[in-house]
Amino acid sequence: MASTKEVLVSPIFANNPIALQVLGICSALAVTSSMTVALVMSIALTVVTAFSNLFVAMIRNHIPSSIRIIVQMTVIASLVIVVDQVLKAFAYEISKQLSVFVGLIITNCIVLGRAEAFAMKNPPGLSFLDGIGNGLGYSVVLLAVGFVRELFGAGKLFGIEILPLVTEGGWYNPNGLLLLPPSAFFLIGIFIWVLRSVKPAQVEEPEYSIAKHTVAKEGV
Amino acid sequence: MSSNNDSIKKTLTVALSLCIVCSVVVSGAAVSLRSQQQFNAEAERKRNIVQAAGVYDAAKPITEQFKQFETRVVDLSTGLYVDWSDEEIAAYDQRKAASEPATSRQLDKSEDIASIRRQANYASVYLYDGNQDGEADRVVLPIHGYGLWSTLYGFMALESDVNTVAGLTFYSHAETPGLGGEVDNPAWKAQWVGKNVYDDGEVALRLVKGGAAPGDRYGVDGLAGATLTGRGVSNLVNFWMGDSGFSGYLTNLKEGKI
Repeated sequence: MASTKEVLVSPIFANNPIALQVLGICSALAVTSSMTVALVMSIALTVVTAFSNLFVAMIRNHIPSSIRIIVQMTVIASLVIVVDQVLKAFAYEISKQLSVFVGLIITNCIVLGRAEAFAMKNPPGLSFLDGIGNGLGYSVVLLAVGFVRELFGAGKLFGIEILPLVTEGGWYNPNGLLLLPPSAFFLIGIFIWVLRSVKPAQVEEPEYSIAKHTVAKEGV
Repeated sequence: MSSNNDSIKKTLTVALSLCIVCSVVVSGAAVSLRSQQQFNAEAERKRNIVQAAGVYDAAKPITEQFKQFETRVVDLSTGLYVDWSDEEIAAYDQRKAASEPATSRQLDKSEDIASIRRQANYASVYLYDGNQDGEADRVVLPIHGYGLWSTLYGFMALESDVNTVAGLTFYSHAETPGLGGEVDNPAWKAQWVGKNVYDDGEVALRLVKGGAAPGDRYGVDGLAGATLTGRGVSNLVNFWMGDSGFSGYLTNLKEGKI
């Protein structure tokens, strides 16, 4: 069995859900245009993953295998609704910006993936930590992407002006591409590239080898 | 692991008890947080009304500031105030009314330039009387229409001459952040202040692609990279200031009939 510390820390870089497992990409594209939104989304996802892991692990010995995915989805969906309601009550401005993406945590592969792969086989305490660890792994990528997108796309961080924009009388001409979802693809790609250069063990084996180039010959 | 987990009895028991627990948790959260959520939504709407009128002060509580505004309900077909009690006026929800056949009307394709399909028969308007002399200094009108991805809901405030814009805000939309979402940009919204709506009785206020010429009393700079959102904003201003919208009411207000 994995040690407690390893369960918590390894998903952050060594086994990052976005960079290595390539899960949860869609929300990483959508909610990273500003740091505030990325931060709240990260917290929401970490809470949901941790508690869904906890509850699934608590009832794991009673879940019939024929309906286990539905049971997991029910637990996750309930938690997501609760998180959404709490945000609407106490962080109204941000819940407006996140709009549908809080609800879409339900479909985030990280949450269901951890419930199925880890919480079904491990005790509640360890599963809870695994949920927090994976939530933090997701948060690291989200915040890194959000940092670059907001700083160079809007000249701000957490809504506070860092690079004064030309349109508001400053000198910085923002890169509009960074505010659009495709830029997150490039940034996540670069993140994965850097991570795999530092830790070459994460590079996957090629699934096939490319055959040698052959030159067509004249019929003899 | 217990082998009888997959029996029909156990499966049903687990499924049923899980559903009961989850529904209690979800409905508990929804019910206990509802009043706070409604308060937030209402405060947000009031803040936008005050901001549109250009008299918002972040230091004061919003309910306090909103007391300077008087809410009235206008019958859009006649342009006159309706004769309702204060409770009825406070309870009137224009967005809800617009979706119900009894309290709204279907718009023709040709008339529906703002792409809203149905329009409520009555509209809530907000009168601001800053110097308390009984004459409204500013009138705040609710406006909405379709942009690129979403319906933009907002308010437009006019000065007492019912022609000069005092401010414009959008409190609900889902346009692309950084492009169409720039309708929230304070620098852009500030451009609307002081522009004129009507040129010889016709709505002339609009966005100008590539930037309004200096001294253009009816043109506001278009938003770069947001042609369709901009077109939507021009259309919704045109619709709500036009004959289907508040034109009749504003004329009555100007001529002192109400």
